[in-house]
Amino acid sequence: MTKHLELTGVSIEFPTPKGSFKALDNVNLKIARGEFVSLIGHSGCGKSTVLNIVAGLYQSTTGGVVLDGKEVNEPGPERAVVFQNHSLLPWLTAYENVELAVKQVFKGKKSKAEMKAWIEHNLELVHMTHAMHKRPDEISGGMKQRVGIARALAMEPKVLLMDEPFGALDALTRAHLQDSLMEIQKDLNNTVIMITHDVDEAVLLSDRIVMMTNGPAATVGEILDIELERPRNRIQLADDAQYNHYRHEVLSFLYEKQRKVEDIGQHRSQKAAADKAQETAPAKKQAQA
Amino acid sequence: MTSIRMTLAGVSSIAGVKSNDTLGSWFKRMLGTLGLPLLGLAVFLFIWQAGAKQIDTSLGQFPGPTQVYEQMSSLYAEHISEREREADFYQRQEARNAERVAKDPSYVPKIREYTGKPTFFDQIGTSLVTVLAGFAIAAIIAIPLGICIGLNASLYAALNPIIQLFKPVSPLAWLPLVTMVVSAAYVTDDPMFAKSFLTSLFTVALCCLWPTLINTAVGVSAVSQDLQNVSKVLRLSWMTHVVKIVLPSSVPMIFTGLRLSLGIAWMVLIAAEMLAQNPGLGKFVWDEFQNGSSDSLGRIMVAVLVIGLIGFLLDRIMLLLQRRVSWDKNAITR
Ligand SMILES: Nc1ncnc2c1ncn2[C@@H]1O[C@H](COP(=O)(O)OP(=O)(O)OP(=O)(O)O)[C@@H](O)[C@H]1O
Ligand SMILES: [Mg+2]
Repeated sequence: MTKHLELTGVSIEFPTPKGSFKALDNVNLKIARGEFVSLIGHSGCGKSTVLNIVAGLYQSTTGGVVLDGKEVNEPGPERAVVFQNHSLLPWLTAYENVELAVKQVFKGKKSKAEMKAWIEHNLELVHMTHAMHKRPDEISGGMKQRVGIARALAMEPKVLLMDEPFGALDALTRAHLQDSLMEIQKDLNNTVIMITHDVDEAVLLSDRIVMMTNGPAATVGEILDIELERPRNRIQLADDAQYNHYRHEVLSFLYEKQRKVEDIGQHRSQKAAADKAQETAPAKKQAQA
Repeated sequence: MTSIRMTLAGVSSIAGVKSNDTLGSWFKRMLGTLGLPLLGLAVFLFIWQAGAKQIDTSLGQFPGPTQVYEQMSSLYAEHISEREREADFYQRQEARNAERVAKDPSYVPKIREYTGKPTFFDQIGTSLVTVLAGFAIAAIIAIPLGICIGLNASLYAALNPIIQLFKPVSPLAWLPLVTMVVSAAYVTDDPMFAKSFLTSLFTVALCCLWPTLINTAVGVSAVSQDLQNVSKVLRLSWMTHVVKIVLPSSVPMIFTGLRLSLGIAWMVLIAAEMLAQNPGLGKFVWDEFQNGSSDSLGRIMVAVLVIGLIGFLLDRIMLLLQRRVSWDKNAITR
């Protein structure tokens, strides 16, 4: 069976003033249609970079992405993105923000009335019909994020890409949106790649969790299959042994195998190196003399 | 019992504090919005009156607020009487023409324009029309050009030195060139506009072009990366990208530029009118200065105040427009 979305040997180097910086090295990932995949890893490891390559906003240096047999090399609405900071157009209302996307994607395919119904349907999915004629600065952060999700869903994408969609929200709002997302996902069965920092969120929502090693030259460390039955209920799962086992797996990957020790570690090794240099320096002098 | 009394006392004291507080805050607000500006004005008038007495010029004492007020009334009276004279003139002309037509039906009446000296208020009108026309020309050129420059980095690099070179040029340097070019290029027997009007107009436009041009270019080139990514994911066409993303997002910057431009336009116009003897408030000031009567300084002072007031009002109007049009309410300052 050929996979729906395939990342093969993806590496990327960013040109920087101090020479090129290899952010990703040989990332391989196969994702099936309708699968919900989370990317988790420490800050700065390259999660957003992976997502941007799939979105087509970045070009990989080597390797590539294939979606349904076609190589991805530019952005497009079949890979809709929910951005980390909502990225709504501040001068348009919630409705108009979704409308911009719908008009672009369904130009000539839907009539005016159909488009209107479709926009309202998608705002309905994220429970935003009551405030659909408000502008982004008139609604809360959680509501903005919901409109961002509605805009992405309204494009009927093959793949939905979400970069920490709930990262900036409080715990209650986040839980609420996670539940909405699971509901929507049950109905639409989209292929989703979601970046998260939150272990509970990853386990609760995903079919698979992709854990990334620390950068530079980050790659896929481990992949964890989550075989919990759907629909999932966060309260029941709290006491579930299997659920807690998955949590433990992810936590141990992040905090034991990929501990962010470089700061302390680097400091130590630098100090050790300096000590060594001092020890050897007089010896060298002697040798020269 | 004691506890009841205490709560009662507590309630009344809370109520007292509350009403005191709202009264106090109301008083503070009134002081802030009306009281302090009025106080400032009063102090200014006092210092002006006291200071004016100390300054003696060859045209007599420097005008204080009272003299200025007198001159303002006399300028208004002159304007009214001039208008009456004009009405009389046309009435007499009409009567004469009617008489001649009655005597000789084949006579085609000639209408002659009234050629009185423009009053202070006429000059205000002329200046206002000129500044708005010059500003409009500048905006019509600067906004589209700014959009092109902002969208195209190479064009920006190519034009930037030219913009930086011409931006600081004083209107007084442009004026002779504009005058010569206008008199050379604009030769018609039946001119729709006076040459002096065109000279002022183009000088104003040339000088107030730059802030709008630069702000538009900066606004257009600084569209946030996030919004550009949205546009890319949607695969918006170039035209849609410009109309739906770039333009709205740079509206606040464009308006900032327009406001700066209008301010400059007004200052430049007065200077140009003085130097070129083109009709308008600048000419009024210059004429009074040359006239050198004992009223002159008072009249110039009236003009100074009116120029300031009009400049202020123009800025307020732009601000109101900006508030109506701009989505970014935070970008609007003062
Ligand atoms: N355009 C770029 N130019 C240069 N370096 C970049 C660029 N984009 C990302 N990087 C670098 O690549 C690495 C990965 O960045 P990325 O944004 O993908 O991290 P992340 O995992 O999404 O982090 P976070 O969880 O904090 O969002 C970082 O070290 C970053 O500095
Ligand atoms: Mg990121």
